[in-house]
Amino acid sequence: MNNVMASRKVRKIHPKKFALWAGLVSIVMMFTALTSAYIVRRAGGAWYEFDLPDMFIWSTIAIILSSTALHISYKSYVGEQHKKFKRLLFLGCFLGLAFIVFQYLGWQDLLAQDITINRNPSSSFLYLITGLHVLHVVGGIGALGIVVIYARRKKHQVVTESRKLRLELVFTYWHFVDILWIYLFIFFLVQQ
Amino acid sequence: MADINIIEEQLHGHDHHDDGHDHHDDHHGDKYQSSLVDSYLFSMDHKNIAKQFLITGMFWAVIGSAMSILFRLQLGFPDADLSWLQPLLGGWIEINEQGQGVLAQDFYYALVTMHGTIIVFFVLTAGLSGTFSNLLIPLQIGARDMASPLMNMLSYWFFFLAGVVLFISLFLNTGPFSGGWTAYPPLSELPQASDGSKAGATMWLLSLVFFVVSVLLGGINYITTVLNMRTKGMSLFRMPLTIWAFLVTAILGLLSFPVIASGFFMVLFDRSLGTSFFLNEIFVAGEALTDRVGGSSLLYQHLFWFLGHPEVYIIILPAMGIVSEVLSVHSRKPIFGYKAMVFSILAIGVLSFLVWAHHMYMSGVNPFISNIFVLFTLIIAVPSAVKVFNWIATIWGGNLRFNSASLFSIGFVSMFISGGLTGIFLGNSVVDIQQHDTYFVVAHFHVVMGVAAFFGMFAGVYHWFPRMFGRFMNETLGKIHFWGTMISAYLVFGPMHYLGMAGVPRRYYSFEYFENFSQFDAMNAFITIAAILGFLFQVVFIVNFFYSIYRGRKQTDMNPWGATTLEWTAPINAGHGNWPGEIPEVHRWPYDLSRYEDEEFVMQTVPLKEGEVDGGH
Ligand code: HEM
Ligand SMILES: [Cu+2]
Repeated sequence: MNNVMASRKVRKIHPKKFALWAGLVSIVMMFTALTSAYIVRRAGGAWYEFDLPDMFIWSTIAIILSSTALHISYKSYVGEQHKKFKRLLFLGCFLGLAFIVFQYLGWQDLLAQDITINRNPSSSFLYLITGLHVLHVVGGIGALGIVVIYARRKKHQVVTESRKLRLELVFTYWHFVDILWIYLFIFFLVQQ
Repeated sequence: MADINIIEEQLHGHDHHDDGHDHHDDHHGDKYQSSLVDSYLFSMDHKNIAKQFLITGMFWAVIGSAMSILFRLQLGFPDADLSWLQPLLGGWIEINEQGQGVLAQDFYYALVTMHGTIIVFFVLTAGLSGTFSNLLIPLQIGARDMASPLMNMLSYWFFFLAGVVLFISLFLNTGPFSGGWTAYPPLSELPQASDGSKAGATMWLLSLVFFVVSVLLGGINYITTVLNMRTKGMSLFRMPLTIWAFLVTAILGLLSFPVIASGFFMVLFDRSLGTSFFLNEIFVAGEALTDRVGGSSLLYQHLFWFLGHPEVYIIILPAMGIVSEVLSVHSRKPIFGYKAMVFSILAIGVLSFLVWAHHMYMSGVNPFISNIFVLFTLIIAVPSAVKVFNWIATIWGGNLRFNSASLFSIGFVSMFISGGLTGIFLGNSVVDIQQHDTYFVVAHFHVVMGVAAFFGMFAGVYHWFPRMFGRFMNETLGKIHFWGTMISAYLVFGPMHYLGMAGVPRRYYSFEYFENFSQFDAMNAFITIAAILGFLFQVVFIVNFFYSIYRGRKQTDMNPWGATTLEWTAPINAGHGNWPGEIPEVHRWPYDLSRYEDEEFVMQTVPLKEGEVDGGH
């Protein structure tokens, strides 16, 4: 009877967390493929250059702040400061939504300059990569939504391992899409 | 009982098979076993999901192979009247001026494409790795189920969905996709290119995107389970080779399938949003598509083969794992060179990411770059040869039981050698100038991957059938199945090497107008007859399989093969959770067969004796 418990104690990482990381690896591979394709195609010439919309700076700030808020929010939950936890959780979600809005406005900026999705592979890649990234953010917002629903319940104030784990899983994913965006943003800047 | 409760909590608390004990009356506990629908259809028990993968895979195998028979009829007997197929195929059988019914040309390409897609992805990926990873990972590492049974179930249902979408596309007015299983643009992108490039292509892409999701959900689970849920004592180097193979397979899938997913997204964008990722300077029917410029179709090929080559190892590695296990058990000998086997699996895994451009020697990649890929491609032959050597050394001097499972394993080794050798020809970019896109390539990959992987799968089914259904398959029918399949496979693919060396191109509907190819009509007819024969022998298997589920000889011994691994420590027809009591603990490597005078075999659960050194180290 003890063997299962024993083997569980030795285990350093929860299987669900491990599974999440494995899933993130697959997302990394997807974006690696896209950015590599971008580099290869760009080297091929006939590449239309344009500036990134300024809105992307605002979206970058928004998502970094959002991650920060959620990080502190997690710390507050563990420290049983439930009010602070909830407030920062809502703030983080709000900033996440703001990120999506800024991305949308950024695309609108590009469209206003007549940089449409099929103008040149350079713009096609930009829309495809940022679009796929936003889809991943939307997924993150969905997950955060579930966390919000749980957080509003009274009994959620009691800190348990499984609640901590749930928060950790969702927030890890969120930090991931945040870092992914920073990578993409720098990638686009460097490539220009 | 406490530990079971904990574990079952982990399994979302469902299913109490060991109803002799009355532990907790958790309400949603019984939900998943309460009805036929829950316990079979939406089951989360890895053993049931394995059966779902297997039977769905078999369904697709029948369809995929039947398609190949249809296009083989056209190749072997272009003058035959096929109008008798009209009730089944309707408009796809055209009546020509002579009043003869022939396969429509577009449909020929659709059949080739569907055959490839179905066999490569649905049968040899989902049907093989899906079935055996699911069945064996938890049972052999000593876990009650996968890390996430829910994700596991979803993995099956995404596969199912992929199948439904592809199946529906068979009935489209314009026909299913017909641009080849590799879906190169522009055929996969421009609706005006062919009938199959219309709705059929969209549905093909959609289906494959669902399939990628299925592979990823499954793979994440397999990796997590192997690395995190092993029972006490099951160190990595005490894992059976099956588990090593499934682990590396899942890692390959996790790293390569997302890449082709991005490729598919780009194709979908090109199809629907007017982008030109992969299109440039295209003329269709004499008309220039001036608005579709700037892309590169070579880029697609890179993305595709970055998946495509690992994919062929995703197909073959599970078969290799199964064969290692089956050969060792049935020759009553430890696997030869356990660690060498592990490291060659790992080496194959790493190298498989460095060779993709050997599919593109003739696509216009830089010849100097080709040289690098030649080098890595030929290096893959080294770990492959190590494995072959070790299989043969395992049988050598063994006390071999010639049953269906071991025969198919030996057949696997034979096929893998034959096909591997032709790979070395193709791997040299200079030789490939002549061989590329000929029947030599077709022969190569059908032997080394198609037939070999099927053999691995058959070996696995015959060997673990009692584990799945508590009964045995019929041995006489199994042997008829083996010899029939073995012989007809060589009869089909042997001559194809010759055709290829004579320069006969693959993917041609008819050689009527090519004098130097039409001289092979008789050989083509011969191949078709052999293929039909091979198909009929699979009927023997299917009958045997379903008959044995209900009527096969009952399993009475918990460990009928005298194996050492954990799956044989669970009761016959074990319920969800696998072991009614505690999970067994592991004390030794999995290949203690005939190591000791007094004991024919020692199971992994038996503690090491005083001073005994664990094998494999
Ligand atoms: C010794 C090892 C091998 C070498 C050197 C090798 C080399 C090659 C090369 C160079 C080609 C491209 C031929 C062409 O299109 O002109 C090829 C095609 C192929 N190989 Fe191999 N191969 C090896 C083993 C394998 C194995 C183990 C598998 C599968 C399990 C496999 C599956 C395939 C498939 C599916 C294709 C054809 C894909 C297509 O064009 O439709 N090969 N091989
Ligand atoms: Cu390859």
